Amino acid sequence: MRAFTYERAGDPAGAAKAVAATKGAKFIAGGTNLLDLMKLEIEAPTHLVDVQDLGLDKIEDTDEGGLRIGTLVSNTTLSAHPRVRQDYAVLTRAIQAGASGQLRNKATTGGNLLQRTRCPYFYDPNMPCNKRRPGSGCAAINGASRQLGVIGTSDKCIATYPGDMAVAMRLLDAVVETVKPGGDTRAIRIADFHRLWGDTPHIETVLEPGEMITAVTLPRPLGGKHVYHKVRDRRSYAFALVSVAAVIQPDGTGRVAFGGMAPRPWRVEAADALLPRGAKAVIERAFADARPTPDNAFKIPLAERTLAGVIAEARS
Amino acid sequence: MSDRENFSVSRREVMAGGAATAAATAIPPAQARAQQPPDTVPTMPVAFQVNGKQVKLDVDTRTTLLDTLREHLKLTGTKKGCDHGQCGACTVMVNGVRVNSCLSLAVMHEGDEVTTIEGLGQPDNLHPMQAAFVKHDGYQCGYCTPGQICSAVSVLEEIGKGIPSHVTEDLTGPMRATRDEMRERMSGNICRCGAYSNISDAMSEVAEG
Ligand SMILES: Cc1cc2nc3c(=O)[nH]c(=O)nc-3n(C[C@H](O)[C@H](O)[C@H](O)COP(=O)(O)OP(=O)(O)OC[C@H]3O[C@@H](n4cnc5c(N)ncnc54)[C@H](O)[C@@H]3O)c2cc1C
Ligand code: SF4
Ligand code: FES
Ligand code: FES
Repeated sequence: MRAFTYERAGDPAGAAKAVAATKGAKFIAGGTNLLDLMKLEIEAPTHLVDVQDLGLDKIEDTDEGGLRIGTLVSNTTLSAHPRVRQDYAVLTRAIQAGASGQLRNKATTGGNLLQRTRCPYFYDPNMPCNKRRPGSGCAAINGASRQLGVIGTSDKCIATYPGDMAVAMRLLDAVVETVKPGGDTRAIRIADFHRLWGDTPHIETVLEPGEMITAVTLPRPLGGKHVYHKVRDRRSYAFALVSVAAVIQPDGTGRVAFGGMAPRPWRVEAADALLPRGAKAVIERAFADARPTPDNAFKIPLAERTLAGVIAEARS
Repeated sequence: MSDRENFSVSRREVMAGGAATAAATAIPPAQARAQQPPDTVPTMPVAFQVNGKQVKLDVDTRTTLLDTLREHLKLTGTKKGCDHGQCGACTVMVNGVRVNSCLSLAVMHEGDEVTTIEGLGQPDNLHPMQAAFVKHDGYQCGYCTPGQICSAVSVLEEIGKGIPSHVTEDLTGPMRATRDEMRERMSGNICRCGAYSNISDAMSEVAEG
C-alpha cells in the first residue's frame, strides 16, 4: 500500500473541500472496497478524508412519503429498517443477497454505489486494463469474459457494475444527493449516476472531483410484490452472474431491473411495459442491443429464465 | 509487487524487528523505501479499547486494525487468512458488531470498543460459544476458528435483533435461529478444513441455549 495522510472531516461541505484541495485525495467510508484496492495498489490515494463523523447515518421519512437514507447508513441497518422491509422489500432482498454479514455491517450506502468492478483483469496489475491504466488496452475482450458485461459495454471495456443494492435502487427510481466542494448541492437520478464506459472506462459516474454523496432518497412506495433473484456460482457470498429485481402488481404490470449485465444496473422502461406478456418479450426488448462475447452469451437466456422465475414467484 | 514477495519480507521483518516494523506487513519494503524515506511515512496517534482495556498507539496510517491487534498488541488470536475480506478469519466485533478487521484502518477506530476472541472468553472462563465449539469439534486445524466464533456469537445477536437475511422468508415476521438462517449468515467465514457441519451443531446448541 502506498503511504497516505488521513483526516476526519467535520461537515459534508468541508469533506468535499478537503478532497478537492489535495491532489489524489479520496473519501473513505466503510473502507471495504477502497482498502482492498489500495492493498493491490490499484487505488493509491495520497490523502484519505474519513466521512464517518458527518452525522449522515440516519434514515428519515421525506415529505413526499418516501425515504431519505444518509450515505453512512450501513447495508445491514438499511436492510433491517422496518419501513424498508415493509415498503421497499426488494431493497432489503438485494442488500441481503450481497457480500457477507461482516461486510454489510461496514459497507455504506454511498460506498456501495461507488464500488468498483470485479473484472478479474482489473484486479490483476500485470494485465492491460483501460479502466486501471487508461490506454493500456483491455485484456478481457479476448480473454475470459464469462462474468463480464453483455450490454452497454464498449470496445474499450466490457466490465460490469457488480453491486446488488443499486439494482434495487434503480428499480425504485432512487435519487442520489450530493454536495460539491463549493457547498452547492444537487440531486442525480440513479438512472444517470453510473456512466456507460464509452472511450473513458476509468470515469465511472457523473460525480465531479470532490463531489460527495450525502444521501439517497427513495420516492413513495410502489406497492406490489417485491422480488430479487440472484444467480451466482455459489449460493452465498459471491457476486452475481445475473440478478433480477422486480416489483410486480396484481394485474401483472410492473418494472424490472437487471444486475451483472452492464456497466450500470440495467433497466429499459419500454421493456417494463412488456411484463404482462412474459419474460421472453421483456428480455428481447431490454437486451435488443446486447453484444455478448462467446463466453458470456449464456447470460441472456439465464436472465430470461431468472425473470420467468421472478414472475412466477410474484404470482404465487 | 507480488503478494508472495510481500509476505516473505514482512514476515522476516516482523520476526526480527517485532512491533516496530509490524506496520510493514502490507508494504513492499524496498519499493516503499525508494519512494518514501521512512521519516516521511505518515504516522498518527490513535486510542481505542480492546477487550475492555484502553490502548494508545502511534501507527503508520496504513496499518489495518488486524495488524494492529496481531503485531502491535500481540493479540494473535485474530487470524489473517486472505487480507481482502474474502475469508472471515480476521472477524472481530467493533462497537458490538462483527467486521473484517483486515479491511479497516486502525486510525478509523478512534474511541471504538473492539472485542477479539481473547476478550470473548479465556481458557478457564470460556464463552458458551467457545465451549460449544470444543464440545462439537467445530474445527480441525483451528485457523479459522477465532473468526468463526466471533461471527457465530454475532449471528445469534443479529437474529435476536431481527435483522433479516437472504433466506428469511417473511421479512416482517419474527426471526428464528434455524439451521438455514445460521448457515447463510455464516457464509462470510470460510473453513478450509470443512468443519461446517460441526460448527452448525455448536451454534444450534447455543441458540437453543
Ligand atoms: C469479499 C467481498 C464480497 C463482496 N460481495 C458483494 C456482493 O455480492 N454484492 C455487492 O453488492 N457488493 C459486494 N461487495 C462489495 C461491498 O458491497 C462494497 O465493498 C461496499 O459496499 C463498499 O462500501 P464502503 O462504505 O466500504 O466503501 P469504501 O470502500 O469506503 O468506498 C468505496 C468508494 O466510494 C467512495 N466513497 C465512499 N463514500 C463516499 C461518499 N459519501 N461520497 C463520495 N464518495 C464516496 C470512496 O472514495 C471509494 O472510492 C463485496 C466485497 C467484498 C470484499
Ligand atoms: S473489461 Fe474493463 S475492467 Fe476489465 S480489463 Fe477490460 S478495461 Fe479493464
Ligand atoms: S483476513 Fe480478513 S477476511 Fe480474510
Ligand atoms: S478448522 Fe481449519 S480452516 Fe477451519
